[in-house]
Amino acid sequence: MTTAIDIEGLCMRYDATEVLHDVTLRVGAGETVALLGPNGAGKTTTIEILEGFRERGAGRVEVLGVDPTRGDDAWRARVGIVLQSWRDHAKWRVHELLGHLAGYYPRPWPVDRLLAAVGLTEQAGQKIRTLSGGQRRRLDVAIGVVGRPDVLFLDEPTAGFDPVARHEFHDLVAGLGTTVLLTTHDLAEAERLADRIVILDRGRVVADGTPPDLSKRIVGADEVRWRVADQRFTRSTADSTGFVRELFAAHGSAVEELEVYRASLEQTYLALVQRAEVPR
Amino acid sequence: MTALRLGRRRGLILLRQSFSNGAELFAHLFWPLLMVGAVLLLRGRDFGPFSLGALAVPSILGMNAAFGMVALSQQLTADREDGTLLRAKATPHGVPAYLVGTLILVGGGLLADLAVFLVPAALLVPGLVTGGAGTWPAVAGLLALALAATLPLGIVLGAVFGSPRAQGLLTLPILGLVAVSGIFYPIAALPGWLQAVGQAFPFYWLGLGMRAALLPDAAVTVELGDSWRHLETVGVLSLWAVAGLLLPPAVLRRVARRESGSRVAARRERALQRVG
Repeated sequence: MTTAIDIEGLCMRYDATEVLHDVTLRVGAGETVALLGPNGAGKTTTIEILEGFRERGAGRVEVLGVDPTRGDDAWRARVGIVLQSWRDHAKWRVHELLGHLAGYYPRPWPVDRLLAAVGLTEQAGQKIRTLSGGQRRRLDVAIGVVGRPDVLFLDEPTAGFDPVARHEFHDLVAGLGTTVLLTTHDLAEAERLADRIVILDRGRVVADGTPPDLSKRIVGADEVRWRVADQRFTRSTADSTGFVRELFAAHGSAVEELEVYRASLEQTYLALVQRAEVPR
Repeated sequence: MTALRLGRRRGLILLRQSFSNGAELFAHLFWPLLMVGAVLLLRGRDFGPFSLGALAVPSILGMNAAFGMVALSQQLTADREDGTLLRAKATPHGVPAYLVGTLILVGGGLLADLAVFLVPAALLVPGLVTGGAGTWPAVAGLLALALAATLPLGIVLGAVFGSPRAQGLLTLPILGLVAVSGIFYPIAALPGWLQAVGQAFPFYWLGLGMRAALLPDAAVTVELGDSWRHLETVGVLSLWAVAGLLLPPAVLRRVARRESGSRVAARRERALQRVG
């Protein structure tokens, strides 16, 4: 698999605060990777460095084989960017802006097809400032992909969405078929969209793997609760099914109120972030 | 080449929007017509043998030509504030195309404003020379020089005075400069050191050039040294134009380089706090 994004030993500090510490991350072509983490973890800084909007401290960064700070117009044309909040071009009409921006790229999507794909056909003639939050966001994604980018950066793409808009947006991103790096602090979103999840906390990569992988490897334990007579028990185990089998073999029908909690990504995430919050 | 073509298209779209929206259309008509009203009021007052109104028409024309600089500076600030400049940066050829488009928007809007002022003023204020063979080519040439001398400065000002609040502060010194530039009252009536300040900036020279083009030759007695000083006019304005060509690309690149999503977001936060 070709590498689309390659970060090695990336460090970054603002004044005395260390924002990124030795971040290493590779994203293969066609892969969708979610950068997950609490606020202030360094997600946006990382993505802005990759977009070429921010100078980095130490380390090596390549997007499509090019250092983003030296990216020329040809490189720009292969990179799509959707920021946390765009408010620009409010006076333009939807098809006017999309059509104009399409002209900057060598092989853009046809505007009408793209508007249909993001569900904005009916709003094509509207002024952009009259769009709802979700519609504006979908327009931003349309602008991000209008040049058929090889890499797409999405920074907190669904912040402030209602559940319906979020669902539609997920379908949209899942159907893009390009390399995507997105930041989010919404676990369900990361799990739904990403082939791989990288958890960032206080500027460090604390986990990197597929969603089931992460659940297994980091927490690694399901939780089993039961009662025998008046006594309650709670046990953590990697093999809950086997444990319960043995439980019944030992106690038979004396086991009551059995509950099994599978290790979930949410628990993994909370465990990781909590662990990281213990002072080092 | 691509950037020029895209920038031109962008500029034309922006101009069309600017002239098809009520609020902006009002601004395009209101200020120039207010000026027409002012020169009509000054028509009856005399300075020596000349009516102040006739003296003021070309001067105001020159001043407004220089105000394109302020409009550009404000446009640039607004475009940084809402992320338009960042969008340009995220797009191939985006920053030069943005620049070309914005220059077309501001330049086109300015020419329209000047026409709205000049046409009624020339018809209603007596004492202007509007039929001379050299009059209109001279006015057109001077306008071109005015744009070249002042618009690049607008880019620098927009870059240095980055927030709308700072832009508000900027209007004060500019109004001060206008006051000492012989626009509303002949510069010869001012003390010497103020004359020197006025003559360092383009406003005075644009006013002078316009007076040379639009007033009868006898009016030259109102000017410093009883001369239209054609060479100095072209010389000083050209100097400003050259300085403008050298500075802004570097300044704009620097500003654009520093733009990022979190900066735009931070400005948005501040803006919301100001409102709320």
